Amino acid sequence: MTVGIVSWGAYVPVYRIKVEEIAKIWGADPAAIEAGLGIKEKSVPAIDEDSVTIAVEASRNAMKRSSVDPMEIGAVYFGSESHPYAVKPTGTIVAEAIQAGPNYTTVDMEFACKAGTAAIQICMGLVKSGMINYGLAGGVDTAQGAPGDALEYSAAAGGAVFIIGKKNIVAKINHTLSFTSDTPDFWRREHQHYPSHGGGFTGEPAYFNHIISATKRMMKILGTSPKDYDFAVFHQPNGKFPSRASKKLGFTEEQIKPGFLVDKIGNTYSGSSMLGLAAVLDIAKPAQRVLVTSYGSGAGSDCFDITITDNINEIRKKVPPVNDYIKDKKYLDYAEYSKFTKHYLLH
Amino acid sequence: MTVPRIWRKIPQYYNLIGKKCQKCNSLYFPPRDVCTHCGEINLQNYKLEGNGEIITFTVIRTPMPDPEGEIIDIPGRQIPYIIAIIKLDQGPCLTSEIVDCSPGEVKIGKKVKSVFRKIVEKGPRGVIQYGCKFKLI
Ligand SMILES: [Zn+2]
Repeated sequence: MTVGIVSWGAYVPVYRIKVEEIAKIWGADPAAIEAGLGIKEKSVPAIDEDSVTIAVEASRNAMKRSSVDPMEIGAVYFGSESHPYAVKPTGTIVAEAIQAGPNYTTVDMEFACKAGTAAIQICMGLVKSGMINYGLAGGVDTAQGAPGDALEYSAAAGGAVFIIGKKNIVAKINHTLSFTSDTPDFWRREHQHYPSHGGGFTGEPAYFNHIISATKRMMKILGTSPKDYDFAVFHQPNGKFPSRASKKLGFTEEQIKPGFLVDKIGNTYSGSSMLGLAAVLDIAKPAQRVLVTSYGSGAGSDCFDITITDNINEIRKKVPPVNDYIKDKKYLDYAEYSKFTKHYLLH
Repeated sequence: MTVPRIWRKIPQYYNLIGKKCQKCNSLYFPPRDVCTHCGEINLQNYKLEGNGEIITFTVIRTPMPDPEGEIIDIPGRQIPYIIAIIKLDQGPCLTSEIVDCSPGEVKIGKKVKSVFRKIVEKGPRGVIQYGCKFKLI
């Protein structure tokens, strides 16, 4: 049975802060930081935005683009590191906001930056088994980096949502697989505001090993090579890692560029590779092939081999593309950014 | 607002569900039980589109203190924020917040569309109230 993406929707908040503005506060050299991270600016959620509001905006875009009856959605899964409630699922609020339910199942998903792609895999399984007709799978985050920490330059906000089903598919998911291990490169303990990380350890044994191993295994199983793909999307914690990983794997700049958003909006964590895929769907033509590999610290990668179908042209234009959200922006200075991200307490 | 009251208002806050008179087609938001035009009591749920126009607005610079003594993070942290009366394209008027802009950008007559935001968030322990706000098109 063919399973795939029936529709997609994205959302990025309007506010941005420049890496230069953050560097100024900590006495760092802005040019060196920009060059080192490959990021110029990052998105910041408005004071009244959180992962739920981002999930709702992205889901409404996905629903508007499709003709799926919300009552036919049987599962709602959101991956995030910033679910607003520790106990009460994000999916309950999102489903209500798109007038789905109550005949659906939901649970909060968590696996650093890859819980959203895991949500896609779970929805694929439920659709394939016949348990549901459609599943909503999203990756959303309002990522937090401690003031002064290296993550403060990249931790951003945004998300993307995919409706997974078997009817009217716009992108067929040919195959998916995962590569997972116990690698403590980045974590957050219970009740902590900010995550901790292993610095340079987040590179070779973590990001690169998982992304490259998962992608290589996919190409080995399917008998493909980088030249078989029109687009490739890799998780984007900064501008450097995905470029290096794609080069090592043999992908070109042209294959990577359409889904490469980190230099303009930062690392949207669970939203990162999913927004990249959404940006690719915004421009991909029927019969083109896409490879997506996410990465979540802790650590694991989910890889997807996708072929665009003829249906995509019918629904693409119904909703503004990811690029419109990227271009629509308002800059904050560091003081406003501190107010927005709750660096200080009221009263 | 108490939790049961927040819960009861979810349809109107999330999706602008108002009422439509089955006799004279008058639309109401917030929803009401009796039509003020014709006295009809058969009013059905009706989802309003989120497009409209600013009729008037004010800028809030001093947030209201919470009667229960909690810190009101939202909207408290948002000051200055903009409260407007919006006339929806379908007729009904409602009071809501205009977001993602500074007070100087708001003008009477400007077109707006609905967005989904946090409405009230009290302290780190309370329930979060979500719903529609509006942004300039
Ligand atoms: Zn009437």
